[in-house]
Amino acid sequence: MGKRVGLEVTVAVAEAVALCRIDMAGVYPITPQSHIAEHLSNLVADGKLDAEFVTVESEHSAMSAVIGAAAAGARVYTATSSQGLMLMHELLPIASAMRLPITMAIANRAVSGPLNILNDHSDIMPQRDAGWIAVFAENGQEAVDLSIAAFKIAEHKDVMLPVSVNIDGFQLTHMVEPVIMPSQEEVDAFLPPFVPHATLHPSRPVTMGAFSMSDYFTEIMKAKDEAIKNSKKVILEVWDDWGRQFGRNYKPVETYLAEDADILMLTMGSMGETAKIAIDELRGKGVKAGLIKLRLWRPFPFAELAAVLKNAAQLIVTDRAVSFGGPGGPVFSEIKSALFAQANRPAIYNYIIGLGGRDVAVSDFVGMFETVRADKAKAKADTYEFWGVRE
Amino acid sequence: MIEVRWHGRGGQGAVTSVELLAVSAIAAGKFAQGFPSFGPERRGAPVAAFTRIDDKKIDVRSGIYEPDVVLVLDSSLIGLVNVLDGLKPGGKVIVNTPKTPEEIRKDLNFNGPVATVDGTGIARKEMGVPIANTTMIGALLKVTGIMELDAMKDSIEHRFGRIAQKNLNAMKRAYDEIKISK
Repeated sequence: MGKRVGLEVTVAVAEAVALCRIDMAGVYPITPQSHIAEHLSNLVADGKLDAEFVTVESEHSAMSAVIGAAAAGARVYTATSSQGLMLMHELLPIASAMRLPITMAIANRAVSGPLNILNDHSDIMPQRDAGWIAVFAENGQEAVDLSIAAFKIAEHKDVMLPVSVNIDGFQLTHMVEPVIMPSQEEVDAFLPPFVPHATLHPSRPVTMGAFSMSDYFTEIMKAKDEAIKNSKKVILEVWDDWGRQFGRNYKPVETYLAEDADILMLTMGSMGETAKIAIDELRGKGVKAGLIKLRLWRPFPFAELAAVLKNAAQLIVTDRAVSFGGPGGPVFSEIKSALFAQANRPAIYNYIIGLGGRDVAVSDFVGMFETVRADKAKAKADTYEFWGVRE
Repeated sequence: MIEVRWHGRGGQGAVTSVELLAVSAIAAGKFAQGFPSFGPERRGAPVAAFTRIDDKKIDVRSGIYEPDVVLVLDSSLIGLVNVLDGLKPGGKVIVNTPKTPEEIRKDLNFNGPVATVDGTGIARKEMGVPIANTTMIGALLKVTGIMELDAMKDSIEHRFGRIAQKNLNAMKRAYDEIKISK
């Protein structure tokens, strides 16, 4: 087992990706992802990573380049954020329809406008239906572990889909914190070489990403839906493999003091750790508060979520993005529809928090719990609110 | 847990200092976070950077609002930025200045503990540059006792290579020369 070292999280992620022996990276730098691009580029330039680093002229080109390289049978990597991800958007469903295992870090950042470079989840949410597996990291260690595991998930013969590893911009990317880096031997033992199902090669012509009209399009969409739903089995297996080898276990839905909780909060990403402190504080005052951390956003873990929401009377869902004119934040909508058919479902409350880097302190989380606890008449249930907004 | 807020100007190396400090603390077996004030960086503009150090895993990821220690890398910020903002009762202020702690207390209208050292003067003599970020790490270690000075050696050598020793010498001088008020 490696020793804990202090690393900026982006640097740790780039080192982790290098340990995965990628063949090719196509990355266009954008704040707050830039240090991933810079560090990977350094590793290649210094001869420490034997990979092709393609300096593309945009994120659209970055995604195009990794799609091409993955189709040729390469293990590929890219990373982006915010506007970069929006520019890639056009290509994301193509990558998944072509069943290409691409691993991508998203250093989550608000989408313009107005221009804002800080953290929220408004970049990943519009990609929800692109057919990509999407996982969220809570700290630097998870960003490292989930990045390595992502290659194994994506390349598994029963998956063959792209994976995004979501790492909150600044709150995680720009943090120097303790990380245990696995060794090359450990990663080699965990991650087998990539064996593509089919490759583009001039002497063995195949067609990939072809044209389809109404005769087959529906069937192809259904196949893609089945593929991502089926990927969950492999995701669970791969995370279990990771846990067995490295002693750090990952689940699609993780909990903290949720078992006997009357009131639960759900977070996704880096805010879970701060919310945990609020829960300790509330428990100290005798409030039965608990936490649910949603790690797997796609495929959505319906069964796992229902299993942890059996007992609580109230559930607070936090969202880091807005669905303008919609029923509430995107996570809230998903949770509500997931629980719609469940008898005795909790009263669900939605707070939109941390937009464009707005800090959320322990006292804010305590405040959300207290506000919801006081709502005996459930007047605010099933509605959403922008926490702390000035009006 | 100890929480430190650094005040400097873009380009003076506050972010480098919090990074070196976190890396060294973690290498010494502690848990730490080092992070900039998030946002665009502009040379010369007032900036802040933050350090958290603890003996156990640090969960909190929000900003630091009530620091135990404030370190001012550039004394021209006094009067421009409220460096005392949120400082815990009994919290300490460290300022890079040739002035005495008593003079700074007066400038800040502050009755708590203040420590001063001419970090820029030391940096100029030891390294030939007026950049006091690593020098002031020595001041912080003396005032807080969070780590031994030696704990900084590896990260400074890794970062600065052949000029590392000059940085370490400057750091040691700040450690030895800092004046601490009652």
